[in-house]
Amino acid sequence: MAGLATAFGSGAMTNSITDLGESDCYLITGTNTTENHPVIATFIKRALTQRDAKLILADPRNIELGKFATIWLRQRPGTDVAWINGMMNVIIDEGLLNETFVAERTENFQALKATVEKYTPEYVEKISGIPADNLKKAARLYAKSGASAIVYAMGITQHINGTDNVKSLANLAMLTGQIGRPGTGVNPLRGQNNVQGACDMACLPGNLPAYKKVTEAADRKPFEDAWGVSLPDKVGLTIPKIIDAAAGGALKALYVMGENPMMSDPDVRHVEKALKNLDLLIVQDIFLTETGNLAHVVLPTAGWGEKEGTYTNTERRVQRIRKAVDAPGDARPDWEIITLLANRLGANWQYASAQDIYEEVRKVTVSYTGITYDRIEKQGIQWPCPNTEHPGTPILHSAAFTRGKGLFSVCEHIDPAELPDNEYPLLLTTGRILYQYHTATMSRRSKGLVSRTPQAFVEIHPDDAGKLGIAHGDKIEVSSRRGSIEVYAELNGRCDKGVVFIPFHYSEAAVNRLTNAAIDPVANIPEYKVSAVKIRKVA
Amino acid sequence: MVITIDGKKCEFTAGQTVYEVAKANGISIPVLCHHEQIKPVGACRVCVVEVEKARSLVASCAMPAENGMVVHTSTPRVLSSRKLSVELLMTQGHHKCITCESSGDCVLQDLAYSLGIDSPRFDESETYRELEQTNEMIVRDMNKCVLCGLCVRACNEVQVNQVLDYSGRGPTAAVGPAFGLTYENSDCVFCGECVRVCPVGALFEKQGRFQGRVSDLRQVRTTCAYCGVGCQMDMNVKENRIVKITTPREGAPAPNFGSLCIKGRFGHDFVGHEDRLTQPMIRVDGELREATWDEAIAYVAEKLGSIRKAHGPDALAGLSSARCTNEENYLFQKFFRAVMGTNNVDHCARL
Repeated sequence: MAGLATAFGSGAMTNSITDLGESDCYLITGTNTTENHPVIATFIKRALTQRDAKLILADPRNIELGKFATIWLRQRPGTDVAWINGMMNVIIDEGLLNETFVAERTENFQALKATVEKYTPEYVEKISGIPADNLKKAARLYAKSGASAIVYAMGITQHINGTDNVKSLANLAMLTGQIGRPGTGVNPLRGQNNVQGACDMACLPGNLPAYKKVTEAADRKPFEDAWGVSLPDKVGLTIPKIIDAAAGGALKALYVMGENPMMSDPDVRHVEKALKNLDLLIVQDIFLTETGNLAHVVLPTAGWGEKEGTYTNTERRVQRIRKAVDAPGDARPDWEIITLLANRLGANWQYASAQDIYEEVRKVTVSYTGITYDRIEKQGIQWPCPNTEHPGTPILHSAAFTRGKGLFSVCEHIDPAELPDNEYPLLLTTGRILYQYHTATMSRRSKGLVSRTPQAFVEIHPDDAGKLGIAHGDKIEVSSRRGSIEVYAELNGRCDKGVVFIPFHYSEAAVNRLTNAAIDPVANIPEYKVSAVKIRKVA
Repeated sequence: MVITIDGKKCEFTAGQTVYEVAKANGISIPVLCHHEQIKPVGACRVCVVEVEKARSLVASCAMPAENGMVVHTSTPRVLSSRKLSVELLMTQGHHKCITCESSGDCVLQDLAYSLGIDSPRFDESETYRELEQTNEMIVRDMNKCVLCGLCVRACNEVQVNQVLDYSGRGPTAAVGPAFGLTYENSDCVFCGECVRVCPVGALFEKQGRFQGRVSDLRQVRTTCAYCGVGCQMDMNVKENRIVKITTPREGAPAPNFGSLCIKGRFGHDFVGHEDRLTQPMIRVDGELREATWDEAIAYVAEKLGSIRKAHGPDALAGLSSARCTNEENYLFQKFFRAVMGTNNVDHCARL
């Protein structure tokens, strides 16, 4: 989000899901779309099979989309800046850039040009392993197609230089003018039902709703007026820093609503130490999670299907969720619990329903002002939507970027924080699978989903397995400098030699016991996609 | 351009079929093997109409409208042909409606009823096929299949999963995964698009079976709880329980237009799971013990207040959730900023 916000002035998906069906060419990277956003993948697969659209796939794993790919660029994990700079090198070298767009809509082009000059396809091949010819073909296809869309997800962001990866993709789109029109754009796919909304609502340490800055007095003022208080002006802590502060003792109390850091955060041993060091850990959830097991207080909440409200999806569409059944026992909606607590601590909040809260959200969040419960009764609306006559905004940056001119950033390749060596010779990358979801508190309590993938596994190349005498289905111990877990060997040919993949859904084999807590300095996203491990067969 | 349907002048644009023009003008023609998101094949002949000067009856779902065409949708010739088609469909397999999950929401049942077919003139098939109910999500009852091919075409054209196809000829004709494999042993990813488009009771949700008929269920529209696509879906509710998730066969809204994945269609049974937390709990002597809301809120408020007093507001932090609603996230950050006085609030966008 930080990367796109720097380039365009807004961190959100530039185009829409339906619009993705209109592209002539896709550059898909760091998203296993058919597994993690299956319905979005259907729009893309239809375009590829029914309309002769082209697909450039850049992914270290041979994912299902590979069978639809026109060109597959198999980069070594952690080399994204290099190959994206390489594509721009070819585009500039062969005169395929959109000079009008660059001149009229962007700034800082000369710096970009100077930076990518050394990223010749041959130089990039040495870093990334992508054959120079394939990179050239991909660059031409992306630049020359009528409408090319970039689609990415956590495979791009979960690196120590994730922000640079995103900026590089934004550079590529601006260089070729593949943005601001139907079928184009830079499209981050949001992994969770309401990540977009949680960001919009400012559950971020530096923001107030609609991305106002806590550090700007002028930004704080409307909220101070609306809420009748004076607000703190110092940027708060991000999750990794919160964990560190807890471990170090400066942070005394943590209130966790619907989150499970004991599964989702890197280096779980460190997280556990940190949480145990707190004077007060409050966990508010629908199940007793791994984190809840460490809590001083556990508060039961109403879940999906048991409450009213809105989610904002990956394309900025605000949509209703509705109550169908009663919550079990004494569980109650999160908003009721927060209100009770606030009032006990001296506030005087008078919310009687989710809609009451939403009406306040509309008043203080300008991008949501035109979106009412009535208007989205049948069909959601995409922000920005400044008034109740406004139809919403399917495509951002059409006439101008949110920040005015698009900003080219200078990004250089850097190595991941931890690479394989003699002791830990394999590169571990992590992610999700179709049949499970995130820390699996929901999906592992679903009969159908559990029946498909009951146990944790590691994908490993047959040659690597062969060398260690490992057969499909064998029990394997995977270790890193931080811990070890036991999983079953899956020899499905998806990973390249030297690379292994483990999904992070399984608490009994939590892969985040292995991952490295190194973070991107800007976005504070951990490097889940690259760490070094070794494996052995469990006798 | 104009065509005349049952005496009504209907304007149309090039590429529209006779069926589409009729529908747009409020004239109903029954269809069975047709779906608005799938290319028409004109296989079932249920939608036949009489076109003046045409040699034979034509399938309206596949026939492009042409300027000046004169169409009749319910002449005796049309009705007799339609009735014969439905009777032939009914003799394929065994269409027992008594315990059928689709009873009340079945195109074949509606056709037989509206055409007044008491019992078909032909004998039912002699072979009975065992139900495939070996997976936890989808039951296949091929005795009720009328070979409309919508499941095959939805799998290939809508989801592009390329798992289902036709096999066999004549009485052995069938639809399903390659080599007669069961769903769970094939490449099927259980998106359930085939269940959604099936016009009869041949494909249905296993966990919803015998849990409530169409007429017993209340449908509540909502947004999926899983990934960020935000698929729209209907919770089917009976007696305070979500029995199954469905999407409308046609006319479904953006962003998913009725399509779902396995998690959306079959992954919401966690809601009623026995592990759900039902009481607040406070840790006493190392053990979590049940408490009332009053006790829990008082305990938390007292602790938060005293920690803030002793160490300042920045000794407190909150982790919110991309799982929760906008309203809850808004209130959570407002609580930390306006009530507690710290910006230490973040959520899992990075993870």
